[in-house]
Amino acid sequence: MKRPTRYLTTLSKVYLGVILLFLYVPIVVMAVMSFNASPLYALPLELTLDWYRALASNHKLIDAGINSLKLAVMTTVIASLLGTAAALAFFRYEFPGKRLLQILLYPPIAIPWLIIGTSMLIFFFWIGIGRGLHAMLLGHVALALPYVVIVVSARLAGFDRTLEEAARSLGASPLQVLRYVTLPYLLPGVVAAGLFAFAVSFDQFVVSYFLAVPGVSTLPVEIYTAIRKGFTPEVNAIATLVISVSMVLLLAVARLYKFGGTR
Amino acid sequence: MSDKADIQRRPVNRALPVLLGPAYLWLAVTVFLPLSAMVYFSFLSETPIGGREAVWTLSNYGEFFDKAFYRTLMWRSFRLGAEVTLLCFLFGFPCAYVLAKMVKGRWREALFLLVILPFWSNALVRIFSWTMVLRGNGVLERLVNVFLPDVGSLNLMFTYPAILIGLVHSYLPYMILTCYISIQAIDDDLIEAARSMGAGRFTVFRRILLPLALPGIMAGSILTFVPVIGSFMEPRLLGGRNGTFIGTVIEDQFTAVFNWPLGAALSFIMLGFVLIVLLLAAPMIRRAST
Repeated sequence: MKRPTRYLTTLSKVYLGVILLFLYVPIVVMAVMSFNASPLYALPLELTLDWYRALASNHKLIDAGINSLKLAVMTTVIASLLGTAAALAFFRYEFPGKRLLQILLYPPIAIPWLIIGTSMLIFFFWIGIGRGLHAMLLGHVALALPYVVIVVSARLAGFDRTLEEAARSLGASPLQVLRYVTLPYLLPGVVAAGLFAFAVSFDQFVVSYFLAVPGVSTLPVEIYTAIRKGFTPEVNAIATLVISVSMVLLLAVARLYKFGGTR
Repeated sequence: MSDKADIQRRPVNRALPVLLGPAYLWLAVTVFLPLSAMVYFSFLSETPIGGREAVWTLSNYGEFFDKAFYRTLMWRSFRLGAEVTLLCFLFGFPCAYVLAKMVKGRWREALFLLVILPFWSNALVRIFSWTMVLRGNGVLERLVNVFLPDVGSLNLMFTYPAILIGLVHSYLPYMILTCYISIQAIDDDLIEAARSMGAGRFTVFRRILLPLALPGIMAGSILTFVPVIGSFMEPRLLGGRNGTFIGTVIEDQFTAVFNWPLGAALSFIMLGFVLIVLLLAAPMIRRAST
């Protein structure tokens, strides 16, 4: 057996380190600058919490933050419910057109968000739904739904159906089977899918951007507007908060749903 | 439809529309009807809102083929997509290999998580964070000047390389994730066997790793290439005046110029080109999925 030489092992570790630096340095720089007193990002660093204090009185950003959270929570609930139901249907039944319906889950993921977003703008405007929070909710759920179906289906794939049949033969009604056998097994998958849906909505910029109206927008849209207008460390502060929320969420998903697999 | 006889066929019952109806009704209203409406709009002479009369026309599509401007932009966007995809592969594949085959146990789990953590975090914020690093007198410039005082100003911000860096940063975790999954599935014994029979590292890479990891590479490439073609926020923030691509022109039609029919037509032409590229890559994708 040949083992990788020591030299190669060290080299590969260094390489991984460089990739991680590339991925994290900009984020760390941004976070550090949000604590820097100089609005021109001058160094050396002079620590301050002023920019976070300024956030507390920035109503525009606070309102946008509340909108973002509301949208993300509603998206999570609706997408989890509809998506889990669809995943159950695909798992349980064979029917004509099943394959087509499964393929139809991919356009919302595969078509660039720019096109999805602008087509929503056209259609919603045209039939009178208009723009605003309700339109964004429609859009966010559509983007999150396919992911929920995929994640829950993956969990279902490992489900032993004889368990359901055993429960049936012991006299449980279909609803009881669902309540006491299927759903408890599914729960980790549904929770992971729900957290996924939350992240999709909370981080969504493109679709929200096209469906926002002045005064009613979400954090990413407000951050974008602020960046384009010329930014201050206040933007760093809110951006740091936003990225912290999504990273914590993803760590939670990772605990429930092993991405890397175990081997 | 599945033709597997062993799948127990339950009668299609009333539960089916209840379970599937809401999800697909939602998708119909938010994705499929809007895309159809966009097709319709792309053939109109004007945005039919506010009482304006619109007639059927092909001129929006004609515009693209008449004006070199749009063709140049489409080409620029495709070049950007290809370059970002290639860079992601060049940097991501070795990283995926090291993670899958050279790091073991707990370390692997932790490192893997660290690599894909940025993948779902806010794309806009991550692009914004690069402006801190790349701007004149920013972190990168200072760092370079500490070691190489003669270089002076790098002037990276608002250039094509800045857009490349930002987009590679955005999509690298995607490529690492998909490559990692397929490399991990390769049996170590296969590599050992080849090595013990005298294959060099490069031969192992070319004859074993590359073909067996092809599904992951193709998936990662598609997942990178397609969204990059349609990107507009990244070129705007990092490219400034140099950041005009087909995506930014489409965005302009909807948010600044209000020429929705032209925007719709350009969107579908873009989708069409993406489809052609995917079809050209289809033999490779098919080989990858068998």
